[in-house]
Amino acid sequence: MSVSETPERPLLAVLDYGIGNLHSAHKGFSHVGADTRLTADRGLIRDACGVVLPGVGAFGPCMRALRERGLDEVALDRIHAGIPFFGICIGMQMLFSGSAEAPQMDGLGVFPQLVRPLADTVKRPQIQWNKLDIHREHPMLTDLGDEAWVYFVHSYAPDAGEEVIATCDYGGPVTAAVARDNVWAAQFHPEKSGATGLRILSNFVAFASDSAKVAA
Amino acid sequence: MRAIRVIPCLDVDAGRVVKGVNFVDIRDAGDPIELAAAYDAQGADELVFLDITASSDQRDTTVQMARSVAEQVFIPFTIGGGIRTVDDARRLLMAGADKVSVMTAAIRRPILVSEISEEFGAQCCVVAIDARRVEGRDGAFEVYTHGGRTRTGIDALQWAAEVQRLGAGEILLTSMDTDGTKDGFDIPLTAAVTSAVDIPVIASGGVGTLQHLVEGVTQGGADAVLAASIFHFGEYTVADAKRVLAANNVTVRPPH
Repeated sequence: MSVSETPERPLLAVLDYGIGNLHSAHKGFSHVGADTRLTADRGLIRDACGVVLPGVGAFGPCMRALRERGLDEVALDRIHAGIPFFGICIGMQMLFSGSAEAPQMDGLGVFPQLVRPLADTVKRPQIQWNKLDIHREHPMLTDLGDEAWVYFVHSYAPDAGEEVIATCDYGGPVTAAVARDNVWAAQFHPEKSGATGLRILSNFVAFASDSAKVAA
Repeated sequence: MRAIRVIPCLDVDAGRVVKGVNFVDIRDAGDPIELAAAYDAQGADELVFLDITASSDQRDTTVQMARSVAEQVFIPFTIGGGIRTVDDARRLLMAGADKVSVMTAAIRRPILVSEISEEFGAQCCVVAIDARRVEGRDGAFEVYTHGGRTRTGIDALQWAAEVQRLGAGEILLTSMDTDGTKDGFDIPLTAAVTSAVDIPVIASGGVGTLQHLVEGVTQGGADAVLAASIFHFGEYTVADAKRVLAANNVTVRPPH
């Protein structure tokens, strides 16, 4: 397995399902030292010690594109294999059972809740930096300093559940990050959140790299 | 919580920053990456690059610039200027720009706003509105193009509501009356537009002091404030701006 030969630059697969700009996450992970590939190649994805599911735009088109390329099953396969997995923005929302944005479309169902619109008392989309309210310690959120501000661009967010590790306040508490076992997910964009975001990406690279060593 | 964004704006020509930025010991005042990184370090929440490249065959340099900036600077940035089609928008977004800003092309063909919004999401579709007061009609503003020289006959408030309806995610509002004056934002214009729409509004044009930024938010209702010269010439840093905003009870992401 290639990762055991080059543990200092762990191989990350960013799932390429052909929509919009999936490059930013790729660039961010490269910047913090991962050997990052934007790919739909099954073999490469299987070799990677971490898998990233990015997403921008709307839930429906993203989910449809993921399915059309069969990458929904690939994602679930990696998640069930225990491989470190990171969903970002719509990539996070797709891990849930579905979204009010596209009620006819099932999500991946890794987390049981639904994704719903932000409160109608606030401007939508939320386009701004917001402060994370950290609910519990988690490797994703280590070394972020006293106040962790991150960049959000979204109109929908998942309902609260026991997997929530951080929220932000936007017309009430909004699910900002969830995690269970090997699956991490962020509603915000760590790859656009300056030094704080790069630390989160780096935390994931360390998680992926350590998991690969344990497995090797 | 609503946190107000502070956004420096850089003019670029053929992939190089122009109009003499000179605020810090930089090796190359025309290098968009170096400047973007410097503003990131000061605490800028986003950056806007205004592409003033005249010749269309040099537009590729802007795409290359977007790619380079996205590889090395990890805060959101918008590119505006010269975007006429969905393809123009696609090239910039795929290169790594987070948003594109359209103006003249949207006035000529308003459906462009919907096309970009539907293809890439409202969050990356900014509509820039340049407006001037209508003489003799209090509270009336007209949309202009070509740096405030060309009238369109379009009412700015109606246009703001229309672009929201068409799918714009954000409005970048510049007063062509106050732009360059350093007398402060046009507060009545800013307040009128922020009341007319639900989407975020970035106020622009006329900032000469940090108090002007406060007024844009507290009186104008802006969600973000954009300025160029006060930052570029080292009068103030973005961190200074945020300290003054915070001291006036405006929530901002604290500078590092």
